[in-house]
Amino acid sequence: MTEHWVAAGLSAFAWPAMPPDLPVSDVCYVIEDTAVGRMLLARNESGALIASAFVPDADTEDLWLHRLARQVSPRVLRLPRALDEARRELDAYLAGQRRGFDLPTALVLATPFQRIVLGHLSEAVAYGHRTTYGALAKHIERPRASRAVGAALGGNPLCIVVPCHRVVASSGALSGYAGGLAAKEYLLALEAHR
Amino acid sequence: MTLPPFQYLVDAHWRDVSRLAHALAGPIDGDDVAQQAWTQALAAYPRLRSSTNLRGWLLTITSHCAMDVHRSRARRPVPVPDIAAIGEVAVRSQLKGPERDRPDEALWSRVADLPERQRHAVVLKYVVDLDHPSIAKALGTTPTMSRRLVSDALATLRLATLKDELT
Repeated sequence: MTEHWVAAGLSAFAWPAMPPDLPVSDVCYVIEDTAVGRMLLARNESGALIASAFVPDADTEDLWLHRLARQVSPRVLRLPRALDEARRELDAYLAGQRRGFDLPTALVLATPFQRIVLGHLSEAVAYGHRTTYGALAKHIERPRASRAVGAALGGNPLCIVVPCHRVVASSGALSGYAGGLAAKEYLLALEAHR
Repeated sequence: MTLPPFQYLVDAHWRDVSRLAHALAGPIDGDDVAQQAWTQALAAYPRLRSSTNLRGWLLTITSHCAMDVHRSRARRPVPVPDIAAIGEVAVRSQLKGPERDRPDEALWSRVADLPERQRHAVVLKYVVDLDHPSIAKALGTTPTMSRRLVSDALATLRLATLKDELT
């Protein structure tokens, strides 16, 4: 009986185990495959949606999760059941069965300027309509800030839920979208189809 | 200093935490200890000042939870049919590590018989492969003492196994 044998016996210890079951925390998230691509949905402790973002790959997902940990709380947990309502509404929306979202949202990841732009966007542009960056800039009484508006929309933390896809270039071109132009096209076509 | 999302800790270390919890607390309390350790870790996480050695931090919490369960169990009265039968046997059978039908049952029943600190030290060293500075932290002692605890435990285990082989 060598020491090695004892150590090996101890190291070989294995036990069938389950991952821990943790309660709703400061930030809960889920990764969801949707009709427009792979998305991350996150909510805060009080149940408000704080992120709805396109995460096509593991690196983007990692960036978002670190951002949530840094800006909201490091208590970030993957908890699909905490986001059932958000998933249901998003699925229905993407299937054309719903025109807006009832779930509470919080723009905690947005800058003050983004809050102004995104707030006006939700009021000003209804389902199935489009606007331009310049028109939105005028609407918030900063007529020369169309580029800043574009940047603010580009960093929209609540994609789809706050409908930044309804904003296009004044030429009519779709310009750009966080989820890719195909996703933007899909969303606009879906809404035009009403 | 930024802390990674807590989910990363869960994904990377839940197997280790569970393994340690079962090795220290046995099959009945193992799951409870692991669950308790995660709950405590989640509560304390934002106050953590360093993100180096998160694994050691989690295993330390697990080890503390196992000690708490062990101690509260030792204090709890054990119902026995025959009052005269109370003694070593009743207490020991509760503290046994992994179940009896396991091939290394003999070894584990000896681990269960070790003094508490030796038992924790040897399990932290060999079951979850912790280094001596981390074991020392978990047990509130020095790395030198941790080495001593591990080598004493191994000596006891070796001797006991040798005796068995001779008889």
